[in-house]
Amino acid sequence: MPSNTGPSNSAPSETPNHVVEFPGGYTRSVGPVIGRFLSELRDGRLVGVRTAGGRVLVPPAECDPDTGEDVTDEFVEVGPAGTVTTWSWVPDPAKEHPFDRPFAWALIRPDGADTALLHALDLGVFETGAKPPKILKTGMRVRPKYRAERTGTIGDIECFLPEVTMINPRASLEYRLKGGRALGRFLEGISEGRIIGHRCPVCEKVIVPMKGFCPRDGVPTSEEVELPDTGTVTTFAVNNIPDPRAPEVPFVSGYVLLDGAGLTMLTLVAGIPADQVRMGMRVKAAWRPRDEWTHSMSNIKWFEPIDEPDVPFEEIKDFM
Amino acid sequence: MRDVAVVAFAQSHHSGEDQGIAETEMVLPVITEIKERTGLSRFGFTCSGSCDYLQGAPFAFVSALDTLGAWPPISESHVEMDGAWALYEAWVKLQIGAIDTALVYGFGKTSQGDLRAIMNQQLDPYTLAPLGVDQVSMAAMQARAYMDRSGVKEDDLRAVAARSRASGRENPFALHLPDPEGDGYDVAPLHPCDVAPVTDGAAAIVLAAGDRARELCERPAWITGIDHRVEPHALGVRDLTRSASARLAGEKAGAAGIEVAELHAQFSHEELILREALGLDDGVSVNPSGGALSANPVMAAGLIRIGEAASRIHDGTASRTLGHAASGPCLQQNLVCVLSGENNG
Repeated sequence: MPSNTGPSNSAPSETPNHVVEFPGGYTRSVGPVIGRFLSELRDGRLVGVRTAGGRVLVPPAECDPDTGEDVTDEFVEVGPAGTVTTWSWVPDPAKEHPFDRPFAWALIRPDGADTALLHALDLGVFETGAKPPKILKTGMRVRPKYRAERTGTIGDIECFLPEVTMINPRASLEYRLKGGRALGRFLEGISEGRIIGHRCPVCEKVIVPMKGFCPRDGVPTSEEVELPDTGTVTTFAVNNIPDPRAPEVPFVSGYVLLDGAGLTMLTLVAGIPADQVRMGMRVKAAWRPRDEWTHSMSNIKWFEPIDEPDVPFEEIKDFM
Repeated sequence: MRDVAVVAFAQSHHSGEDQGIAETEMVLPVITEIKERTGLSRFGFTCSGSCDYLQGAPFAFVSALDTLGAWPPISESHVEMDGAWALYEAWVKLQIGAIDTALVYGFGKTSQGDLRAIMNQQLDPYTLAPLGVDQVSMAAMQARAYMDRSGVKEDDLRAVAARSRASGRENPFALHLPDPEGDGYDVAPLHPCDVAPVTDGAAAIVLAAGDRARELCERPAWITGIDHRVEPHALGVRDLTRSASARLAGEKAGAAGIEVAELHAQFSHEELILREALGLDDGVSVNPSGGALSANPVMAAGLIRIGEAASRIHDGTASRTLGHAASGPCLQQNLVCVLSGENNG
């Protein structure tokens, strides 16, 4: 009775003790049709042959596959670009394969041809076992990559490559930015563990971080007010896309109304599962250890909940 | 036309790994069994299917002939194809009328080489074989095209594999493979379970005509239609999402009203393409043996499909069945054999 733990589809692992090969290769005459195809290929051109019915066969064949009639002697240059009609993805190449890293096989219909050519498609460097990349699609546009040294074999095309559809030029400009006087003063406070704002002489609200003016009344501000590092979440968002500034995904970014402030601050809210953050929740700044403080907002890691009753919606509704 | 029936079928207990026995040692018990079952030691004609490349030696079938006892000399032929095509040749020979019985067998030991590299050698030597492309990569392209056209998903293919493997575990001759698991690809979009396992094995069938069939078998499986068709070798000139050759062979063989169909689908998606081509609806029991996805002894797997289909008639569980064999890349060639338990079909 057979007992098998699973299929073994790969080659036997034992070292071969018997080899069948044709030393020096197997000489084949190619005839005028295949010969023309391979000769043109050596010159870097892809040609098909026209059938009596007008179709262009690539690779060329001696006979029309539909009728069996001889093809005409009209050879037509096709491509070089073509369209993938179907594909397969090899995550773990065999030694006979043209790449030792994952690649695709594809049927490619060159422009101007009525049939498709089978060849390898190189989509870049992937680790063994990789899943098919998203750009690999039926209908994708590809072009042959010819070898520099060609000999008149199908391998004169090293592989096909995707057509250029996007470029990604480097863009980098360098600046020397300063925060301005008000922001500089605010960060000075932060570097000492203090949160300071300006009181507006007109509306009397405290603006934090201060800007040196009241955005509501359009007047300069200079009266400093130190605020506690406790506050109330007015509104928030749960983010599922990773961000280098956030500890993990999902993370919560929220508007916190510091006690005594007239304006909310955008910060991270943590220390509680994302789905338990709520409007009106009381929070407190989580400061980094003192010896890690710099002149930056990163001195506050995030705001986390404190054990106080939620603030009613009525009291925060004007700070959304 | 003469009435010709499958009167006996025998197969080896197939193996997924090298059992340390030679091809002839795989074939001999099957030949011995079918001789005992029919009580025949001589046949009007003998035909076999095998492939020299599987063992890397010329004329593999010649040494297998030793298992027959070919003395005094016998009438014999061989196809370098699945044994299903040997059965077709024997059926033609029986139609000519000079003989009343034929022995058909097929065998393949695929565990001793790299089947994918070997099957590359069957490809067009100018534009395909030199690329190193293998049959699984090509089948995966067909699966991709079929999924694009039909909307079938990878999970639908996995369901075919799971059903085949569950049936295979009920079949004492097949490999007993676990339920598919994992999400790794063999060649995407095919997962390992979507690909027929490497298998060593052999099978034999005895055909007989007219009254000779009735003497040899209580309920012969009469061949009411048999046909095989081929498509272009090049994949790029075919509609890979359909099997025109299977459809035509099915029509010519009269594949209608089938209760059980044994399909030589070596990849999950091939079963779906073949069901469509042969017009098999959900009421048809497909591959109750587990099919090639549970045991795929190359050069015997197609013959086994006919044998399994005949067995359902021999044991009275069905009265109209279908055996199918395929050959070449992406179902290039298809053979359909329709069998009936009703006398004279």
